[in-house]
Amino acid sequence: MKRLLDVLREDCGLTGTKEGCGEGECGACTVLLDREPVNSCLVPFAQARGAKITTIEGLKGRHPLQKAFVTEGGAQCGICTPGMILAAAALPRKASLKEIRTGLAGNLCRCTGYEGIYKAIRKSWVPSPKSLVLSRKRVRHGRS
Amino acid sequence: MLHGTTVRSTIPCGEIASIRCAFDTDGYTVVDHRDVPGKNVIALIEDDQPCLATGEVRHAAEPILLLAHEEKEKLLAAKVDIAYRPKTPVFDASVSPRTFKTIAIEKGDLARGFAEADLVVEGVYRTGHQEQLYVETNGVIAVPENGGVTVYGSMQCPYYVHKALKVLLDLPGEKVRVVQTETGGGFGGKEEYPSMIAGHACLLALKARRPVKLVYDRVEDMLATTKRHPSVVRHRTGVRNDGRITAMDIDVLLDGGAYCTLSPVVLSRGVIHASGPYRCDHVRVRGRVTMTNTPPNGAFRGFGAPQTQFAGEVHMERIAEALGMDPVRLREVNALRPGDTTATGQKLGRDASALAVLREAVRRTDFRRRRRALAGSNRGLGLALFFHGSGFTGGGEVKLASKASLELTPRGARILVASTEIGQGTRTMHAQIVADALGLPYDAIEVSDADTARVPDSGPTVASRTCMVVGKILENCALEMKRRLGRLTPRQYLVRHGPLVVTKEYERPAQMRWDDETYRGDAYGAYGWGCDVAEVEFDPVSGELRPVRLTAVQEIGKAIHPVLAEGQIAGGTAQGIGWALLEEVILRDGSMANAQMTNYAAPTTLDTPPIDVAILESPYENGPHGAKGVGEMPIDGPAPAIVNAIRHLGWDVREIPATPERLAASARR
Repeated sequence: MKRLLDVLREDCGLTGTKEGCGEGECGACTVLLDREPVNSCLVPFAQARGAKITTIEGLKGRHPLQKAFVTEGGAQCGICTPGMILAAAALPRKASLKEIRTGLAGNLCRCTGYEGIYKAIRKSWVPSPKSLVLSRKRVRHGRS
Repeated sequence: MLHGTTVRSTIPCGEIASIRCAFDTDGYTVVDHRDVPGKNVIALIEDDQPCLATGEVRHAAEPILLLAHEEKEKLLAAKVDIAYRPKTPVFDASVSPRTFKTIAIEKGDLARGFAEADLVVEGVYRTGHQEQLYVETNGVIAVPENGGVTVYGSMQCPYYVHKALKVLLDLPGEKVRVVQTETGGGFGGKEEYPSMIAGHACLLALKARRPVKLVYDRVEDMLATTKRHPSVVRHRTGVRNDGRITAMDIDVLLDGGAYCTLSPVVLSRGVIHASGPYRCDHVRVRGRVTMTNTPPNGAFRGFGAPQTQFAGEVHMERIAEALGMDPVRLREVNALRPGDTTATGQKLGRDASALAVLREAVRRTDFRRRRRALAGSNRGLGLALFFHGSGFTGGGEVKLASKASLELTPRGARILVASTEIGQGTRTMHAQIVADALGLPYDAIEVSDADTARVPDSGPTVASRTCMVVGKILENCALEMKRRLGRLTPRQYLVRHGPLVVTKEYERPAQMRWDDETYRGDAYGAYGWGCDVAEVEFDPVSGELRPVRLTAVQEIGKAIHPVLAEGQIAGGTAQGIGWALLEEVILRDGSMANAQMTNYAAPTTLDTPPIDVAILESPYENGPHGAKGVGEMPIDGPAPAIVNAIRHLGWDVREIPATPERLAASARR
């Protein structure tokens, strides 16, 4: 029996979804299944038949949450980040801190203490003017 | 590519009587200790830990056999029958027949100090294991190639792995290549352990002559890999009625697990921080780390200092109680000030900020007033004052002789260091420092992968040294490069003069002196200083203690990137909260019985209170832009602050985690 997680990573080559525990505790494998966040390590692939699955790759790097996670310290090592962003994407806009906490209780982060994540989520709700181009300050890795 | 798996001991202590593969081994690669080309050892400090057990087993989950196969399912189905002759295991570190290391620190005259005291306060404090619980487990891929081997993996220290593989595989340095891949958290748990998993993958890969992927699932990672050393710390303190501490007599016992690994260094840091951020003329600290038949313990953020400062700060609170003195006042009276000497005789510079962080924490939380207001309620307020030395202890940085290189590129420069990005911001912070020194935009700087084929040995990514020590070496490289460029742009220089690589080595600050024999002198180049305040709430229905708010004031020299520095402080604080209240390793017959995320509880959003971070800056002259270390210090404060808040609530707790069960069993004050 293959898990949805295995099919995504191995058969689809979409390795953005991570395996942290294999028992539905850490949430690193979170994807949206028909818009609901699920632990893909607990979904037998057959159960996903007919469903629409959104992985982190589906956000194409352009989702406001993704930009906000970068600027507000929502991501440190990044391993929980794909699952965290998808779970956050499923939260209602302008959710209270209590609602955010509860909504993300299934996503473990060991790096941030969650403060940067809350900041990023709130920031993502603020519409950024279309004329403002976010400068791509990325450090490139040398491949010489 | 093949998948690999490790067959491990199921008993904590004994001899292997027989090993039988109860499956058809056709199509499998099977490796045991006889397949080791070099020395069957994971080279680190004592070289006592075998890569694969020979006949003796000293801990549960000790690796015995390795298997590889094309199909993962076939590995799961491969049954290996191992018969043992068990021996009586040692689980109590205090009665162990083997001591890995003892260290003693002596200052002044203890008898004289006690003679000056009006009161003597004694206490024993305990901390247990803590699992690093990086969300990405350990994993590597070993590729046999070029007459040697290349290893890709999740790790903090490629050159530690490189050194260990040379010894294990009997290969020269040029034939071993280690490449760090994007790493999902380390916290010390991937400092030395990766040498073991890399060794295993290489042995399989070399025998099979094919690449081997070896990745642990969560259960195996928890069962088999290193954890924080448990501690028992005894204090006997002489104090005057005015609050001045006159004598400190401290005993530190750490449980090293079955093999030595990094225990001597953990003990060193623990012992040096045992007397806390306090001045005292008469100090004796005696530390030892011993063997038990449990999986070897190793590096975890803080590395001995959280354990001994937990004890010290809970003890301080009991001293305040015994004197009937305000806990803030007691800290004020005894805090180290610039010009004071530490227990090892190190004279502190102007950057020493114990009083500054204490006062800011008290101000920020309105500590005294709030404590009075909460008295008798179901909430408590407590604080902890702490410090943390940055970089390797004593002569350690000199021994490491770290190197960093900077390569000129048409747009700017490429950083070549062995320092790894593990979420703390290495790549960003190093690029900032170099860009600044070169006078170029941040985007003009590239950072090479931490690949031993490309980068020099900058030392391990540990000990809060990546900014203060390696960042400084890089800054020196950049300043030299700038000098060489003169008025030319990088592109012009390359056209006119060809390639340019600047390499620099660690330079010990001239005034630093350390004696390893007497354990006296300048233990660290610089110390960070911190003060945490914890507010907790007790739920009388469930018996749970909930942290309500944690204020972390930390002085770190200079925040090179404030968002990243704040992130380190918040993250380390959260781990400290977990250690204080939730995280417990239950051992049954020397093996972790709760080796799953289901039953080893790390703080989720619902367990983590708002963390208020305040950064103070008191520059260290030898750090880049005055920076000291920041990564580890944050985990020193939360546990004692929380336990001191519990004390304010009315419980005498001296051991963590302060689970509901432990609270229920604690004495009421």
